[in-house]
Amino acid sequence: MRYYAPEFMVYRDEERCIACGACARQCSNKVHIIDEEKGKLRAEEENCVNCQRCVALCPTNALHIRHNPNELRLNYNWTQKAVKEVEKQALSGGVLLSAMGNPANHPSYFDRILLNASQVTNPSIDPLREPMETRVYLGRKPSKLEFNADGTLKEKLPPQVELDIPIMISAMSFGSISLNAQKSLARAAEECNTLFNTGEGGMHRDLIGYKNRAVIQVASGRFGVNKEYLNNGRIIEIKIGQGAKPGIGGHVPGEKVNEDVSQARTIPKGTDAISPAPHHDIYSIEDLRQLIYSLKEATDYKKPVSVKIAAVHNVAAIASGCVRAGADILVIDGYKGGTGAAPTRLLENVGIPIELALASVDQRLRDESIRHQVSIVCTGSIHNSADVVKAIALGADAVYIASAVLIAMGCHMCRTCHTGLCNWGIATQREDLTRRLNPDIYAERVANLLKAWNHEIQEMLGGMGINAIESLKGNRLMLRGIGLSETELRILGIKHAGE
Amino acid sequence: MIQKEGQVRIPSGCAISGIINKKGKRFSGADIIKSIALMHERSNGLGGGFAAYGIYPKYKEHFALHIFFDCREARAKAEEYINIYFDVETAGIIPTDKTSNIKKSPCIWRYFAVPSHIKLEEARMAEPELTHEEYVTRHVIHMNSEAFPGAYIFSSGKNMGAFKAVGYPEDVGEFYRLEDYKGYLWTAHGRFPTNTPGWWGGAHPFTLLDWSIVHNGEISSYDANRRYVEMFGYDCALQTDTEVITYLFDLLVRKHGLTLEAAADVIAAPMWKAIENMPEEKREYYTALRSVYSSALVNGPFSIILGFDGGLMALNDRLKLRSLIAAEKDDTLYLASEESAIRRIAPELDSLWPVEGGKPVIVRVEGE
Repeated sequence: MRYYAPEFMVYRDEERCIACGACARQCSNKVHIIDEEKGKLRAEEENCVNCQRCVALCPTNALHIRHNPNELRLNYNWTQKAVKEVEKQALSGGVLLSAMGNPANHPSYFDRILLNASQVTNPSIDPLREPMETRVYLGRKPSKLEFNADGTLKEKLPPQVELDIPIMISAMSFGSISLNAQKSLARAAEECNTLFNTGEGGMHRDLIGYKNRAVIQVASGRFGVNKEYLNNGRIIEIKIGQGAKPGIGGHVPGEKVNEDVSQARTIPKGTDAISPAPHHDIYSIEDLRQLIYSLKEATDYKKPVSVKIAAVHNVAAIASGCVRAGADILVIDGYKGGTGAAPTRLLENVGIPIELALASVDQRLRDESIRHQVSIVCTGSIHNSADVVKAIALGADAVYIASAVLIAMGCHMCRTCHTGLCNWGIATQREDLTRRLNPDIYAERVANLLKAWNHEIQEMLGGMGINAIESLKGNRLMLRGIGLSETELRILGIKHAGE
Repeated sequence: MIQKEGQVRIPSGCAISGIINKKGKRFSGADIIKSIALMHERSNGLGGGFAAYGIYPKYKEHFALHIFFDCREARAKAEEYINIYFDVETAGIIPTDKTSNIKKSPCIWRYFAVPSHIKLEEARMAEPELTHEEYVTRHVIHMNSEAFPGAYIFSSGKNMGAFKAVGYPEDVGEFYRLEDYKGYLWTAHGRFPTNTPGWWGGAHPFTLLDWSIVHNGEISSYDANRRYVEMFGYDCALQTDTEVITYLFDLLVRKHGLTLEAAADVIAAPMWKAIENMPEEKREYYTALRSVYSSALVNGPFSIILGFDGGLMALNDRLKLRSLIAAEKDDTLYLASEESAIRRIAPELDSLWPVEGGKPVIVRVEGE
């Protein structure tokens, strides 16, 4: 017996409902049941995850979903959430799971940072009339360039990856999301001359055509990693940690490991795909160096190697170690970053905000005079183009986004990716669900999103009197804090508004 | 309390002017004063200054340190330091005209000095490659930091000097009696700061070693540039555009060995669209420069005249958001924010053209 009421209530306007049954056909959670006798529909509300699929597809707008207004006795200490979680664990005896990012009402530093604009003493620049450059080159840079007498470079640059926009699509593995979702992302990346990221699930053969736009990941499970795979991307990314769940690996249940997933991951069909918490060949920083150089050897030093770490308390020192170990690109993932599945306790409690982590990493690398050698990519709850601008001004070269592109593909943030029943065809391998996601349509929507953000970035740059994104990088004078403490301002390296 | 440069960032508009004789013939400061005086309306009396090259032939092997002292104690402390780290050939007060419009002058001294032989050798134990220039740079940056309140080195090159003050530039020229000096290259600056208590050190040109910069503009890449050069040991104590641009040139040219042309290609880089359309070799060159030195790109409006030993470079931002005119007459090249400031001293010209955005005009004195 369960102790708690359903989380959501399904409201059906009987006047409007024509009993077409679309909702019942669409719902993989089996919420809507056709009552043949009465010729009506009813709802098993305890199954509802509020994914909004039925609401969006109901032809007569007869449906809406609301939070159950039922309330426990008011208690600011033992909140409803806290009580419910205890009840759930008492029933199951298991670890609580969540998906997507941290939903807690923690402060957003991006929202408490304001941007500058030019007035009188220098002109703002109109991006519709003047060039406005958002191109970025990722990869290791020498401290200085040396030329021969004829003007040619003495030494060739280490491998660089050119992006037309400072936004990449972050790691989402085949297994955690569907092949159609990955295809949509790959095509969008190609369209916008940026990169998508295969995640740690290997690479499906259908994506090999997009290998010039792929970041391929090497994580602790080493799924699908072989020489061919390593050479199928522009960047190789060693995933050490993920912002949503620093300190642990991933787990794709055997039910999701169908034929295709098994091939891409090179594991037997139906077996759990478990990524260990650490890389078992990296127990220390010098081990990381060996892995970085093994990967470079395997790819003939033609690809930048990136190291992705979760933003944890001593992230600045770790970041510095990674750069010295040979990372060409450093990815920092904040604690609000998304995931297909993570233990709730970790998701909500481990790690630090990306804004603070980024600011302290950038400053630390500058204090050590090595910031210019490496590219920094930050990720973990970038909500809009203003967040991108703020991240770059704090010190990033580019950002990764994932939740936003999922939303562009239909995700309504129901945060139940781990069930594998995604009605939008994203976080599922069920064929009847994945075919709902047409890459022709959703590649365009994702590309639209990237282009829209880039337009907005150009407008904001122009307002600041800047016409190339590199002049924004680390340009913290363009930022002011609002409602932040002295300590927060010091860590962010910005002044308060009005100063 | 109103804060001075270094405590706050003060944007300002300006007038600039420059004259160089390509044959290296030296001439007095009279013309440059006339030229900058014509652009009186572009300044507001809160800062003016000049840089002159070739003025100290007798001491051309010595670094000429020009220093402002607020008080006797500041000078005593600074001199104690200088006497340890430098061998001073001669020193004295810089002659000024007390009857001019410039008031409230600090004590202004100059020292002709070379690095102390002993201290240099000592430093070379740790850094065998340490050059005289780098040695001087470090001590100048150190002395201009908060360690020496009341003392400020505003010029440190060889056979050149900066002269600046709070006031209109023409009055500053008269105050320093620039008509008595002879140089082959002169630059001038009149300042229109938006707020300042009027600190002499904050007037322009800004100089370091032989570099001097006069600049009109307000760059929007300031903090990106500042945080970049500070990785290489510079301290942007004044928080001004001119200071950070000087350090960028010093880093790129003196420390990294780029040519002036390449440095201009970094600071006012061509657009990516233009680079894409270049032939393969050039494309590779510019892509490398722009991607490696991305943080040295200077953005927003600027027009600068960079003076150095044996020449000058005029450079405009790549969108040409500030006026800067060049003209030639016989062996002389003129530069100014306005054409009228050139015509004032050379009514008949062989040629005249606006400096193009992102395209440097470089003049080197023949035989140098």
